[in-house]
Amino acid sequence: MVQLNSSQTAALQQARQLAANLPAPSHDQVVCSIFDTAQTIAEQSVKKMPTSKINWQERLDHVLTSPILGFPVMMVLLVIVFWLTLEGANYPSELLSTLFNLGEGALSALFIRLKAPLWLHGLIVLGIYRTTAWVVAVMLPPMAIFFPLFTLLEDLGYLPRVAFNLDRLFQWAGAHGKQALTMCMGFGCNAAGVIACRIIESPRERLVAILTNTFVPCNGRFPTLITLSAIFLGGTLYSSNSGLSASLAVLVLVIIGIGTTFAISWLLNRTLLKGVPSAFILELPPYRPPQVIRVLIRSVFDRTIHVLIRAVVWAVPAGALTWILANIHLGSGATVLSTAANSLNGFAQWLGLDGYILLAFFLGLPANEIVLPIVVMGYLAGNALLWPDTLSELQQLLVAHGWTAKTALLVMLFSLLHFPCSTTLWTIKKETGSTLWTAVAFLLPLMIACTVLFILNILLPSL
Amino acid sequence: MNNLKHPIVALSGNPNTGKSTVFNALTGLNQHTGNWPGKTVTLAAGTFAWQNTTFTVVDLPGTYSLFANSPDEEVARDFILFELPDVTVVVVDATCLERNLNLVLQVLEITPKTVVCVNLMDEAQRQGLVVDTDKLATELGVPAIPCVARSGKGLAALKKAIFNVATGRIATSPRPIRYDPNIEIALAVLTKELSPLAPLLSPRWLALRLLEQDESILQHFLPEDKTSTSSLVMQHPSTTKKVAPWFS
Repeated sequence: MVQLNSSQTAALQQARQLAANLPAPSHDQVVCSIFDTAQTIAEQSVKKMPTSKINWQERLDHVLTSPILGFPVMMVLLVIVFWLTLEGANYPSELLSTLFNLGEGALSALFIRLKAPLWLHGLIVLGIYRTTAWVVAVMLPPMAIFFPLFTLLEDLGYLPRVAFNLDRLFQWAGAHGKQALTMCMGFGCNAAGVIACRIIESPRERLVAILTNTFVPCNGRFPTLITLSAIFLGGTLYSSNSGLSASLAVLVLVIIGIGTTFAISWLLNRTLLKGVPSAFILELPPYRPPQVIRVLIRSVFDRTIHVLIRAVVWAVPAGALTWILANIHLGSGATVLSTAANSLNGFAQWLGLDGYILLAFFLGLPANEIVLPIVVMGYLAGNALLWPDTLSELQQLLVAHGWTAKTALLVMLFSLLHFPCSTTLWTIKKETGSTLWTAVAFLLPLMIACTVLFILNILLPSL
Repeated sequence: MNNLKHPIVALSGNPNTGKSTVFNALTGLNQHTGNWPGKTVTLAAGTFAWQNTTFTVVDLPGTYSLFANSPDEEVARDFILFELPDVTVVVVDATCLERNLNLVLQVLEITPKTVVCVNLMDEAQRQGLVVDTDKLATELGVPAIPCVARSGKGLAALKKAIFNVATGRIATSPRPIRYDPNIEIALAVLTKELSPLAPLLSPRWLALRLLEQDESILQHFLPEDKTSTSSLVMQHPSTTKKVAPWFS
């Protein structure tokens, strides 16, 4: 405390009263005056000799951060990244899936030779091995392509420019411009995105960024989006441009996710977390040629392996649990899984889903990448022999269980908007130190997802 | 006023301006860290001698502004505001002076006893920038010393300027930031009202905060306001003792 004498205290109180009745200037007004003064002084005391290096970078910045070209350039780059990921992942995915099939045959043969009981074979091969193999075959190739590409953009110095472009939109939403960066991190992993929110200094704006991070699809959800887009929205599966149309479909979903981020940030800033956005300085680092080798190593070890290990660690118990639930029969003859799915079915139908899908999203809480394999396992129940090995087999299976393009779209939207995975929730708990906000982080997206699906289910004609 | 036998120099600046290099170059090995009393913040401090006077340099967190948006900004601001350093040095990056001047202007609103250290002059030259520090000093109303801290260039001049400002040999007269006319009218009214507080802090600065409805600053003056701010605002120390703890 600073000790004031009585006349000083009186003066301060008087001034405070006065100030309360005077019109408050906006923070922007104050900041702009400071910036203008700084600009004037800098112009008077610094002379610039033209050099080619600076001009080249400034000209590039004019294009990449221009109000007109900035957004289209961003979209095109994103489509290129998605397209490379989709197209490039196809072949290695098939290869891995073939390898895992061979492995499964060998494993089954071993179990038969050892005269292992049937339930052990079911639990380990049909439950654990298949789920894990699916996760690796479906996730590893896109991740191994997506992460390096993303890290490459980061290394080039493009991401701060993205933040600069998006700043205007975030300001409109009353959020912090740096939320653009944490949102971009969320594309890799929402838990990482939540941790990245530490760069936002103001606690209010940090909370907005944390709560809305889950609306951009993380790498655990990309495979679901990509697979379903390829099957249902990519036009004919084997036509030459299916990759491109599927990429565009994923782009549209990503834009919906970003749009939701803005809308919910806007809403939070006007309800639960009122306040004005704080000003900040964003350094646009000079463009550098990326260090390709380092990018590859960093993205493979820091991200790909890290995310993959996490997914596998969760796929093992989830695969086991789902197999057990699908194979324990209750008195009536129905399995635990089908009973649970049936009880959820009524509500799920309102959303245009079915009980197995909704159940899979809850069972997939530890890791979103295992949602689809759980759905498949639920559908197959006893008929484990029909496990789909190719996308067209998967399509046949899903269509046989009543899926249409509309179902696929609603599942993708639910995946995009629903609650974050348990790792992210745990991270949110750690970062906010609040159970209440963690609960909000779970319930808010769930409510939004249900509302959106409910409305679309009524509005959309069957596709 | 601090006893000039133990003058205190606050070192502020944007991140990535070579502030730490300046700190190391000024103090050499005479460094230690200490807690700012009452705060859970550790600041590095060091000493250097000039003209038989030993200066204590306190390295503040690197910040882009003093709006107290973040704990770092608040620490930097509160130190300059309440510890009343004899001189505040703002280290700026000569290659992006305009951005760095935002912080300088905000420091000047709080204290006129400021020296600007224009670092990375060699880098600026390489980029084809000619920084006229004399002109800059005239425009700002405080000394501006060109430096290349990495090679130690300009440090003697910096120490001399610090000494001169601390002892009052150089009278500084910062040019105030001109705000929009409607703000200036309101500021004039409030500044006059707050003039009894002038020995403690700049009435114009406080007037601006009050006008912005930034009531968090009041907790330092009015006891009943202590609990009104968010829990993230750190408790301010009692300012009963004014001697920096790094001497104890």
